[in-house]
Amino acid sequence: MHKLLFMSFLLFEAAFIKLYAQDEKLLLQKVKEKYDKVNDYVAEGKLKTNVIFIKAPVSNVKVYYKKPDKMKIKNEKGVSFIPKGVVNININEVLSLQHYEAISSGTSRIGNTECRVIKIFPLRDEENITRATLYVDENRHVILKSVISTREEGTYELLMSYNRYVTYGLPDKVQLSFNTREYKLPKGITMDYDNGAKTPDPKNMQNRKGKVEITYSGYVINQGVSDNVFQ
Amino acid sequence: MNIIEVKNLSKSFGSIQAVNQLSFSVKPGEIYGFLGQNGSGKSTTIRMLLSLVMPDTGDIEIFGLSLQKHRNEILKNTGALIERPDLYKYLNAFENLEIFARLSGKKKSRKQMMELLEKVGLAGRAQSKVKTYSQGMKQRLGLACALVHDPQLIILDEPMNGLDPQGITDMRELIIQLSRKEQKTVFISSHLLSEMQQIADSLLIIHKGKKITEGNLNELMNPEKVRVELITTDMPKTAHWITRSAWAGSVVEATQEAICLLLQKEQLPQLNNDLVSQRFGVVSLRPYLSLEEYFLTQIRE
Amino acid sequence: MFVSLLRLEIYKIFRRPRTYIAFGAITVIVLLIQLALKVNGTDFIRLYTDTQTDIFEIPYENILNGYFVCVMVLHMILIHVPLLVALIAGDMISGEAAAGTLRLIAAKPISRTRLILAKFAASSLYVVALLLWMAVFALAGSILIFGTGDLLVFKETEMHLMKQTDVFWRFLAAFAFAALALTAIAAMAILFSVFSENSLGPIVTTVCVVIVFTIMQQLKVPLFEKWINPWSLTAHMLGWKGFFYVEKNEEGVTLDGSVENPWAVLQSALILTGYIVLFLMISVYYFRKKDILS
Repeated sequence: MHKLLFMSFLLFEAAFIKLYAQDEKLLLQKVKEKYDKVNDYVAEGKLKTNVIFIKAPVSNVKVYYKKPDKMKIKNEKGVSFIPKGVVNININEVLSLQHYEAISSGTSRIGNTECRVIKIFPLRDEENITRATLYVDENRHVILKSVISTREEGTYELLMSYNRYVTYGLPDKVQLSFNTREYKLPKGITMDYDNGAKTPDPKNMQNRKGKVEITYSGYVINQGVSDNVFQ
Repeated sequence: MNIIEVKNLSKSFGSIQAVNQLSFSVKPGEIYGFLGQNGSGKSTTIRMLLSLVMPDTGDIEIFGLSLQKHRNEILKNTGALIERPDLYKYLNAFENLEIFARLSGKKKSRKQMMELLEKVGLAGRAQSKVKTYSQGMKQRLGLACALVHDPQLIILDEPMNGLDPQGITDMRELIIQLSRKEQKTVFISSHLLSEMQQIADSLLIIHKGKKITEGNLNELMNPEKVRVELITTDMPKTAHWITRSAWAGSVVEATQEAICLLLQKEQLPQLNNDLVSQRFGVVSLRPYLSLEEYFLTQIRE
Repeated sequence: MFVSLLRLEIYKIFRRPRTYIAFGAITVIVLLIQLALKVNGTDFIRLYTDTQTDIFEIPYENILNGYFVCVMVLHMILIHVPLLVALIAGDMISGEAAAGTLRLIAAKPISRTRLILAKFAASSLYVVALLLWMAVFALAGSILIFGTGDLLVFKETEMHLMKQTDVFWRFLAAFAFAALALTAIAAMAILFSVFSENSLGPIVTTVCVVIVFTIMQQLKVPLFEKWINPWSLTAHMLGWKGFFYVEKNEEGVTLDGSVENPWAVLQSALILTGYIVLFLMISVYYFRKKDILS
């Protein structure tokens, strides 16, 4: 009897999880549908860099996107340090996964918004993404936060806030956190002037979080973007 | 007023006494010969007159002013040719002259400078760079640089060095002209007595930094009078007596080693008698028949 | 009188063929660096950014602009310019002594203090002329060849990025600082020049002092870092770089027109000025007493 009861419970549990997972996938599907409205865009924004060993001003950048996974951030005249993750690890790549498992991890607050936390595990070994955690605003069907681990570029954390372009699922502000690497030049090639300022210790640079923030001033959506931009 | 008045001038470099208690005076308008062997202290003395070398002791007055206190005032009116003048080799004669005129605080017109170059025989090479000049030409340009600001006192250190016979004659004539026609005072050093004999009005002879003799050239060269060197067993007492005796007017110089007198040959026996009667032990009473002999003897010692 | 003396000294400097060696050398070196960066600039930048290429998109083409090239030129050649300055300043007194003209000018109605100061002032103007020449070739030339843009400067453990509009004044300040630093070298060379009667001695001594202190600075030995480097002439000479180090706020964003620790740059400038005064005072003291025997 007990055995039967236990078996029934397992079956119920499995069915519940499956049902719940399907619920997650459904939510993700809704998010994806929103993103799918955008075939391409050109956005202008301001880029802020906060990396321990980089001192940079706010720079003007142009962001180009084209379905399914082309993205380019350009600072036409100036110099900006754009983490590769921003370009390579866009949410679409996660949402475009064909074979994955989605598991709910409850809810969490991002700012004032209650979000559903969904963990995603790709089922194919050849995917660059090894795992992702998405914080989804269920009401607006947008992702407010994502933590994506990749094989090649490490782990990136994206924080997004939406306002004017929420209907397209496009954020007004993106903040990317990533792990930095040690930056140290051989003494011979620098010959620094010692101005007594505290310089970062290279030991502290390893696995420290660096941040970049793009605040978008406006998007031009679905007006066509030449492929040349991405070369 | 004497143009130069030097009193008890001394200078040593380490253990070498270059100039020792040297005193002399130069009268206005004369050519004053400064004679001595190479290394006798001539150049050091000249450099002290030009404030290039600081004396250890002694006083220098030029134009009646203390050199130490009125250096610039004195040097404004002094021109100098010091040993071998190399000047600025990468400039021409004209440009060199301009520099030295300006350094003396004078601005000379191109015409005035050309006249000066003409005077020293370099007008034809005024535009040539000094590096292309012969030693004689450099010497002449050096003299022109010394004269460019029209100084009252001209100090020439071995100006005949490196000149060919014609150059020496030209230089000599120019120096005489400066003194006789332009009434400039010329202080000229040389290591050759014969050269000095031809131009100097007065002569100062030094050896090992010390004065041997000084005086009017005619007096020094006067054949009727000879230089007599007296050495006795008691020099201080002898000097004390002789400077108070009738011989006092003949004394040229009295040092602890010897007394130098200028006498007629006939006066020698009388001097000897007087010394004996005063009971001085005469060690030596030696006449020199010419200035050159005297000079050479002193140098040999 | 001083102005007239100064004019004469400048006249002498610029009539000497050796003066133009420095201008020629700077022209050739600058052109060579520009050519090398034009051909191989990306690889050159890669040398500095190698460790970050996995993380960041490095905009090589935008980094390689005229401002960047000019900083690189200054970085590479300013350390060697003391040699060119010593070549002239080290010769100011000793060269005239060797040529036999010192005794002629010292016998003129000019005080020796004025003479030294005029020679120092003339050397300083030579330094300024040299830097203006460098500015024309290294800055204007590089802008002409590579254009303008934001300026990236590499430090041992930091990268400093400045907006294009916030760069030009930094170059003016850096050139002014370099002029001060090289004037200190000129004052040192003149000091050595007072003691010598041949030009080679002071020139070589000046260069040796620069080399020795630069090596001490690079060795990072605690003893040197504590006692010598804070007063090292060569360490403070690098102060021009201070104008290319920017300050950032808590968000990591640089502040336009800022200089990271400007007091340090000011302190370096004061120390260099102190050295200039010290070197000149010693030069004047000894030169006034010196027996000119050359």
